[in-house]
Amino acid sequence: MTPFDYVRADGPDAAVKQVVARPTAAFLGGGTGLIDLMKLYAERHDLLVDVSRLPMDKVEATEKGVRIGANVRNSDLAYHAAIRTRFPVLSEALLSGASPQLRNMATVGGNLMQRTRCPYFRDGHSACNKRVPKSGCAALDGVNRGHAVLGTSDHCIATHPSDLCVALAILDATVRTTGPKGERTIPFADFHRLPGDTPDRETALDHGELITAVDLPALPWATRSHYLKVRDRASYEFALTSAAVALEIADGVIKQARIALGGVGTKPWRAAEAEKALVGKKPTPEAFAAAGDAALAGAVPRQHNAFKIPLAKRTVARALAAAAAMPG
Amino acid sequence: MAPSDDPDRRDFIQGVTAGGLALGLGAATSADPPADVGQPIPMKLTINGQDRELQIEPRVTLLDALREVLHLTGSKKGCDHGQCGACTVLIDGRRVNSCLTLAVAAAGGQVTTIEGLAKGEELHPLQAAFIKHDAFQCGYCTPGQICSAVGLMAEGHAKSDADVRELMSGNICRCGAYPNIVAAVQEVQQLAAKENP
Ligand SMILES: Cc1cc2nc3c(=O)[nH]c(=O)nc-3n(C[C@H](O)[C@H](O)[C@H](O)COP(=O)(O)OP(=O)(O)OC[C@H]3O[C@@H](n4cnc5c(N)ncnc54)[C@H](O)[C@@H]3O)c2cc1C
Ligand code: SF4
Ligand code: FES
Ligand code: FES
Repeated sequence: MTPFDYVRADGPDAAVKQVVARPTAAFLGGGTGLIDLMKLYAERHDLLVDVSRLPMDKVEATEKGVRIGANVRNSDLAYHAAIRTRFPVLSEALLSGASPQLRNMATVGGNLMQRTRCPYFRDGHSACNKRVPKSGCAALDGVNRGHAVLGTSDHCIATHPSDLCVALAILDATVRTTGPKGERTIPFADFHRLPGDTPDRETALDHGELITAVDLPALPWATRSHYLKVRDRASYEFALTSAAVALEIADGVIKQARIALGGVGTKPWRAAEAEKALVGKKPTPEAFAAAGDAALAGAVPRQHNAFKIPLAKRTVARALAAAAAMPG
Repeated sequence: MAPSDDPDRRDFIQGVTAGGLALGLGAATSADPPADVGQPIPMKLTINGQDRELQIEPRVTLLDALREVLHLTGSKKGCDHGQCGACTVLIDGRRVNSCLTLAVAAAGGQVTTIEGLAKGEELHPLQAAFIKHDAFQCGYCTPGQICSAVGLMAEGHAKSDADVRELMSGNICRCGAYPNIVAAVQEVQQLAAKENP
């Protein structure tokens, strides 16, 4: 790591001021992403403003919904009683991610901001438009087995690695922030950006804008929701493909459906067309297979990742079948 | 990898021997921070119940502070990137990876390492169970495994063998001692459950 200064912020506003004042400063949450990338020289910062002890650390559950403080640790959120019962998909997504130690450290804010695991981004020296704008993309014709098939551009095909974010994508989440221009709320769908020709710009946040909370509206039928993650080994591994799904079923017919995919998109990937295709259908294996096909309709493979397309279709279908079998 | 090839280790040694002066790596570019950035700062860490005063750079991880400054070499560096669990310690009773924790960020918390688990000559039940069940071969992963298992028991979510395997998955054992690790953890969990039903 290159040398840096460290301060502990007194409050959210002070933290924002401190980061805004130094162009290469960054907020420090649990450190599991930032310290890793700084050790690799994939990121350099000369000031870390530690926000991990700010009192944005509560899960407040009401009838209207749930407010999750940005500093709630991934493990605490996963095991929170209201999350387990009202939003099982969220709890399952969190528990499928990283390891118990990392989940104890990782914050919700840091998880939303986590960066890609693309090896060319991480190695700190390959051509990478995300790390060094306009330097090229070594993954396009390199080893791209782990890369995305949805939302890619000629400039970047990196996968968004978060499991938590895939679940948030189907739950109508909003991100609350405070920044140089004051407070605002950002719908989750607008939080992460497609790479386009500026893959270095990954989120809607300005420099120095602090995530303070994530809000989830009440979604009564999210009790019938599920996260399925497929990976190279049984645990402690990022997704090859994953699906977050929720189903509202009444009188044997699907009233509403939610589907998002992980491991295949350049951002947490909501599959709205696939959702629509399910409404009014009976929850059958054929309907779920058709939803899988619809979710991957726009997929563009590269040399080594074409296997992800059929795998993701089956992941969607199996996640939906599992949700349909839940008591609801 | 030879130590001199490991950039983190090289920085660390430079940082300490040169009194913390940042001797930049590679060619200086305009993006390099000014020379006075990252000076050593005083910090107080509580390790195994003892207060320790240190003067180190903010970029020193808790793992490097434990091993290289405080000479508590029980915690191991396997990967230095959160991928193996060999560096697992407890902060305020919660298991964490000390390689991704800055020492300065741990100041104010109670750090427990493998050196702090035994009471004098009396081993922690998990240490004794690891010996009884032959739950290691080379032993490199073992301090992290044991600290992780202490955290797992405090969390209280692991009931079945499958739960233990899943919730110990943050600790890689390249000797493959997994079956005996699960047996050791389960024995201590079951004993504890009997004693405090
Ligand atoms: C070995 C390994 C395996 C992993 N496996 C998985 C996995 O399977 N699934 C998965 O989803 N994740 C996985 N992760 C990633 C992990 O979930 C993230 O690193 C973690 O969630 C980041 O949170 P943090 O609090 O540690 O963030 P930090 O590392 O502290 O920060 C990450 C980024 O977020 C910014 N930031 C932090 N807090 C805020 C805030 N409040 N407002 C604005 N910006 C902020 C920081 O400036 C930084 O840019 C893995 C990580 C490792 C090291
Ligand atoms: S895929 Fe994106 S992150 Fe990976 S090398 Fe290309 S530009 Fe960089
Ligand atoms: S050394 Fe920390 S996880 Fe490997
Ligand atoms: S005993 Fe050798 S790595 Fe686990």
